[in-house]
Amino acid sequence: MFKIEPDRSQYPAHNPDGSCDIDLSSGKYVKIWHGPNHPGITGNMSLELTICGDEVVEGRTRVGYLHRGFEKLMERRTFIQVFPIVCRVCVPEPDLNEYCYAAAIEELAGIEVPDYANWMRTLILEMGRFNSYMMYLGGQSGSLGMGVIGQWTTYVRDLMLDRFEELTGARVYHMFILPGGVRDVLPDGFAARMEETLKTAERYLDDVDKVMFQNAVFNKRTRGVGYIDPALFDSYGVTGPTARAGGATTDVRRDAPYLKYDELDFEPVTGTDSDIWARADVRRRDTRLSIDLIRQILVKMQKPGEYFAKIPNVLHWKIPYGETYIRGESSRGEYGYYLVTDGTGYPRRINVRGPSYTHAMALLERLIVNTNISDVGALMVSLHTYPPEIER
Amino acid sequence: MRDVLSPFTAWKHLFREPVTVLDPLNDRPGADRYRGFHQNDLEKCIGCGTCEVICQNAAIDMVPVSDPEDGDSGLRPMIDYGRCCWCALCVDVCMTGSLTMSNDYVWADANPDVFRFTPGVDPKPWNEEEKGYQRPGARVLASTERVHMGERTAKDRIDNFEEIVAGYTREEAMIEADRCVECGLCVATCPAHMDIPDYIKAIREQDYDKGLQLLYQTNPFSEVCGRVCTHNCETACAARHDGDPIAIRWLKRHITDEVPYERYVDLIGKPEAATGRKVAIVGSGPAGLTTAYDLARMGHKVVVYEARKSPGGMPRYGIPEYRLPYDMLDRDIDVIRAMGVEIVCNTRIGEDITMETLRADNDAVVLSIGLHLGRSTRIPGAESPDVDTAVPLLRKITDGEEVPVPEKLVVIGGGNVAMDIARSMARLQQVKHGKVGVTVTALESFDHFLADADEVRESREEGIEIFDARGPQEIVTFKSGKRKGRVKGLRTWLCDSIFDDQGRFNPHYDESDELVHPADMVIEAIGQAADVSILGKDLTEALEWTRGRIRVDVDGQTSEPWLWSAGDCVNGPDVVHAVADGHRVAQSINAMLAAKEEAAT
Repeated sequence: MFKIEPDRSQYPAHNPDGSCDIDLSSGKYVKIWHGPNHPGITGNMSLELTICGDEVVEGRTRVGYLHRGFEKLMERRTFIQVFPIVCRVCVPEPDLNEYCYAAAIEELAGIEVPDYANWMRTLILEMGRFNSYMMYLGGQSGSLGMGVIGQWTTYVRDLMLDRFEELTGARVYHMFILPGGVRDVLPDGFAARMEETLKTAERYLDDVDKVMFQNAVFNKRTRGVGYIDPALFDSYGVTGPTARAGGATTDVRRDAPYLKYDELDFEPVTGTDSDIWARADVRRRDTRLSIDLIRQILVKMQKPGEYFAKIPNVLHWKIPYGETYIRGESSRGEYGYYLVTDGTGYPRRINVRGPSYTHAMALLERLIVNTNISDVGALMVSLHTYPPEIER
Repeated sequence: MRDVLSPFTAWKHLFREPVTVLDPLNDRPGADRYRGFHQNDLEKCIGCGTCEVICQNAAIDMVPVSDPEDGDSGLRPMIDYGRCCWCALCVDVCMTGSLTMSNDYVWADANPDVFRFTPGVDPKPWNEEEKGYQRPGARVLASTERVHMGERTAKDRIDNFEEIVAGYTREEAMIEADRCVECGLCVATCPAHMDIPDYIKAIREQDYDKGLQLLYQTNPFSEVCGRVCTHNCETACAARHDGDPIAIRWLKRHITDEVPYERYVDLIGKPEAATGRKVAIVGSGPAGLTTAYDLARMGHKVVVYEARKSPGGMPRYGIPEYRLPYDMLDRDIDVIRAMGVEIVCNTRIGEDITMETLRADNDAVVLSIGLHLGRSTRIPGAESPDVDTAVPLLRKITDGEEVPVPEKLVVIGGGNVAMDIARSMARLQQVKHGKVGVTVTALESFDHFLADADEVRESREEGIEIFDARGPQEIVTFKSGKRKGRVKGLRTWLCDSIFDDQGRFNPHYDESDELVHPADMVIEAIGQAADVSILGKDLTEALEWTRGRIRVDVDGQTSEPWLWSAGDCVNGPDVVHAVADGHRVAQSINAMLAAKEEAAT
């Protein structure tokens, strides 16, 4: 197993506050601004890098390019009006936001969601996870110069968006999981078309295995790079595939089953090396798991039934005093909504716990030291972060 | 070596068909339930504006498109696609189901201003598109079912005059009040323009004091209207298009049930300082007393003259007590008295006091004498002693006077008064004979029935037979014998149409379909008339008349500058219209008095 510990013997030591005294006038160091439109950056975010030759001596993450003030905005919206906002918190995998918010409302308002709606929600979450991984695989390979894989995964993702479109009526922001249930039942013939999509996806994933994972260049550039010590997982809040690639077995779907996950047959995918390759490998296998879960769901889901619970008039829906934290497993890690209500028609506080926040900021600053400048993009993508979710 | 060669397998994709769509703008329609551009069925849309309220992006503005009418604001949603986020909550919340989304999603234009448009009004290619997002089932974002109002069973109520409906509990009222979407179409339709959404909101907030204040700002007969109002508001209610209308009348009653009566006057507040002006009002029905209430609150001295022994007018003498307990009417009247209104009963104009005296002693006089004379069909046999009209009979029942109660009787008429007398007589029959024998024959068919559906249902539950579309032809009497001249039954023909091509009342009968309804008594409930004999010859000649009613202007002023008229006798036909009339007349008189005051100083 490769392990690269930061060797800072040649560079000034870090101060207790994380900064270090680098003499830029010495000519030995150069400070560069990496982003926010750099192709190797996942979304609108910047890195302030100090480099010595090709080596990164210090990195600072700079965010704020995408701040839309969602959490504050939601406090000014009625409970139903928050519903179209939450999905915008995460573009590639919006459905988990919809689920977590709806579940939080349902818990505090004491609403029992029909069984069929829970199956629909499980299906939608797995479809969303699949889409997110497709985006990741394209990004990870693209960050290492393998553009064609991104084209394939984008195509496969587009097929899944077609399924999303016929199921939910929208491609990107589905806005289908309403507090109280879901908006509609499965369209006729959906399972057959989904099976076709999944088969195409598997065919393309086989190609990705051959071209990306059985690729000497990819292996060389990712094995041993971006190693995260499992001892850091707890202190840095590392969850999801990023943690599972280091041997952890955390998966909210199994640790605290929500929706219908306890009725599905699966084991969390884990890896051992905790480097970029291991993370990519875990996600590749997790994609296959999602495909399997979608198949299981479509078989186990019963005939269309009630899909929406009786809820009060949403125009003056007041929810009693209470607080709750609803969590779910996103493609990046543990995702959660903390909701506080105070008996009025507006949420008192909504806090979104997105894994990108922990992974992309503090953790990246630590990992980036002593990497090669050309690996920065791959390292960052390997943490699988989405800036809109950092800046709620 | 494998890792070096394996990537080259990517080249096989060179020989595959490209996956891209050649002409995505034209080749790729949206999915069947795609949420694309909005459509609005203008025929179904009522302009309630609920879509505008729910839109979290403020993308929807209600803009005037047509003239407002009852139950339709005339406004229609205009959508700004610079703001719309395609969440379709507007479609889900739409009260009529008129707003939908097509599956069309391509719209390119160099001018950004065109992307604000009014669906259904502005011609768009997707207007006729059938695919797209529609609400899959019933409205789910608010309940469509009315909370059932508990009522006594037919068996419990048929032998007495106790109130039938129980009133909502707090929990029931909260659930019912929660259904309201506060569109305000009811306010526009209510003749008295009661502040309905706000008092329903007061129920939701359990602020009954505020609710009561809102009620009595616009309606001093809230106890009465909470029970017997014709509730035009509920026919304008947006919720009725997809579900039951909000039980506005019962919610109003619920507020009055919840506030202790002792607190009413405190909550309503004191009248303004006395102005020294005097107004006389003839008739103590809702119109007269509302005028009195308003004028008294403005500080004027008001005396109301009533011919009968108790005040209240038609609510007391026309509405049976099982619908309106007279104690509740007294509560409203006592509130009006508490505002300083003096009510003088047992005083008939023309006998005990003349109009000339009233005119001389007061700054203004209001005539609100109601419609207390029954109309006759004047068909053969109508002169029989066993034929009576509904209104005088109802009055006798209220006053506890003796009325004939035969085992079998027929009522002619299909309005609420017909139902009132039929059900009152049924109760008396049950007490006297132990069974009900009442038949109602109405000219109208059930499709166009005049009486409320609830009245018809409850009447039937109580054992009353109702024949619709029956035109009375003759009251059959015994031609000879001991009972000569007494009623034997009512002969009717089927009525196939009531109005002719010009819309005039001209019933057409099918003579082949004849029925004789056996009866010992016939009660005519086909309309009422005002007793204008009290005016005296001179005044009758001086006033202008229109179709047998005193002619009044929009403010209720007659052709005589000192005389106003309000209520059923000029404007018909129910309590809440009378209340609205009272407000109008009071405003007009107050304006006149203010002008007088100004002229004097």
